[in-house]
Amino acid sequence: MSLDPATVRRIAKLARIRVQEADIPRLQGELNNILGWIEQLSEVDVAGVQPLTGGAQIALRLREDVVTDGNQAEAILANAPDRVGAFFTVPKVVE
Amino acid sequence: MMLTEFTIAGARAALRDKEISAAELTLAHLEAIADLNPRLNAFITVTDEQAALQAARADKAIAAGQARPLTGIPLAIKDLFCTQGVRTTAGSRILENFVPPYESTVTARLLHDGAVFLGKANLDEFAMGSSNMTSAFGPVENPWKRSGGSNAVLVPGGSSGGSASAVSARLAMGATGTDTGGSIRQPAAFCGLAGIKPTYGRCSRWGVVAFASSLDQPGPFARTVQDCAILLGSMAGFDPKDSTSIDLAVPDFEAACRRGVRGLKIGVPREYRADGMPAEIERLWQQGLDWLRDAGAEIVDVSLPHTKYGLATYYIVAPAEASSNLARYDGVRFGLRADGQDLTELYEATRAEGFGEEVKRRILIGTYVLSAGYYDAYYLRAQKVRALILKDFTDAFATVDALLTPTAPSAAFAQGEKMNDPVAMYLNDVFTVPASMAGVPAMSVPAGLDSQGLPLGLQVIGRPYDEETVFAVSQVIEDSAGFSGKPALRAGVPA
Repeated sequence: MSLDPATVRRIAKLARIRVQEADIPRLQGELNNILGWIEQLSEVDVAGVQPLTGGAQIALRLREDVVTDGNQAEAILANAPDRVGAFFTVPKVVE
Repeated sequence: MMLTEFTIAGARAALRDKEISAAELTLAHLEAIADLNPRLNAFITVTDEQAALQAARADKAIAAGQARPLTGIPLAIKDLFCTQGVRTTAGSRILENFVPPYESTVTARLLHDGAVFLGKANLDEFAMGSSNMTSAFGPVENPWKRSGGSNAVLVPGGSSGGSASAVSARLAMGATGTDTGGSIRQPAAFCGLAGIKPTYGRCSRWGVVAFASSLDQPGPFARTVQDCAILLGSMAGFDPKDSTSIDLAVPDFEAACRRGVRGLKIGVPREYRADGMPAEIERLWQQGLDWLRDAGAEIVDVSLPHTKYGLATYYIVAPAEASSNLARYDGVRFGLRADGQDLTELYEATRAEGFGEEVKRRILIGTYVLSAGYYDAYYLRAQKVRALILKDFTDAFATVDALLTPTAPSAAFAQGEKMNDPVAMYLNDVFTVPASMAGVPAMSVPAGLDSQGLPLGLQVIGRPYDEETVFAVSQVIEDSAGFSGKPALRAGVPA
């Protein structure tokens, strides 16, 4: 599988990373180089193998569904790039 | 003895016997940082005032007979661990001004045990790299030099390059690192240090900036195996805030260092005899096996048939998880924000401006392998191969107690080498990635010097949750190697 320029643009859009048109050929080359190299996995026989999602045989724990933390509005907003009162701000999204 | 030459174990004894004070020990390291950090760039942020306060508190605790395991020991903290009130950058422009309102579990445990934090150590951006060249805060210099008066500036390895450089140059007695595919073990090998990636889940990931969550694991660097055991004893432990934390008692790792290897079976995975491995690394590996045999271990050939697929599997799984984890950097709630006319533009401009090239590459690869139509071909297949890699280890550990391999396929390389081809850079991690994929503990121990006078490491891989055997084997290698090399650039040596 080899990426064409349109696919590179589409991936960048999905990843929400602005890519300059002039950088597309370079990115296309780099990504295809990496993808070409990981293509070797297609030769492994994985029939009947259960996928391993995490590290060594771990079952995730459950906990009681209770509030353990909260009332931290100031701490949460302390690193906001822009805020008004107790709110994060973003550019206007509704006309 | 110069204060910066102490091991952690030695300083611990000297502090308790009041031969030295925590204040003077910390000051000696802060002075070394002032001298050498402008050149090495091992620290992004130096917290000298905080360190002096913590050292004064340590002296009070010692005077009151309330010393804890690390009271007064000055450490470097990889700038991937959130530290309350102290800027935490992850080596990225996008977090350049991020000041966490909370403390990571691992650093909180170290502070609870009395450690002094000298500052935040440089790293590859979001821990993505094997050379520390991808940091937005500039590269780190390896304090070691090739022999014969070479001026080449060598890399410290990565991603925990600042941690390794700092401990090697005696700017800190130990350091925290994180290891996703080799980010503790490879820099430890490049800088002549001991470093362990414990079993996945042994140290809490809570408050550690996430890269690839199913692989990321904190661990320590130090100049001796025993010092690593002391540090890991404080860093490890169950944490309800990390859903993958292991609820197991923390063993006495320091005592395990003294167990020896008599009667142990040590496996030699034949697939690690990679084509093109330098002869001197091959020789050192054989030497390590001979040392273990001389100390009473039995050496056994084993096979890990899926070893050659480890790296390719890693470069699907890790970018996939990274693309998901790094979605949070959107310029809204914290971190850098770039202007945009609408929300999408704001996201796209922020991420274009805030992330470096390697991070963008990995996000794009991860986005692609998770995208509709390609998920099964790439990501699901990689997870199945990962299961086969784990099975290789499980099968091997049915007959052996630990494995011995080289840590890296070369000694430290120079800045600028391997920079043009991402895949060539990725190959650095060929021997470290399989243990990461399987989640098993693995340690790099300095075992000798190459023909250019640079340190080389051997890797000891153990069963899940059996760091004790890893420490026992590593200690025998350290004792047998008698590694006494020191880097050219270090505290107290005129530059």
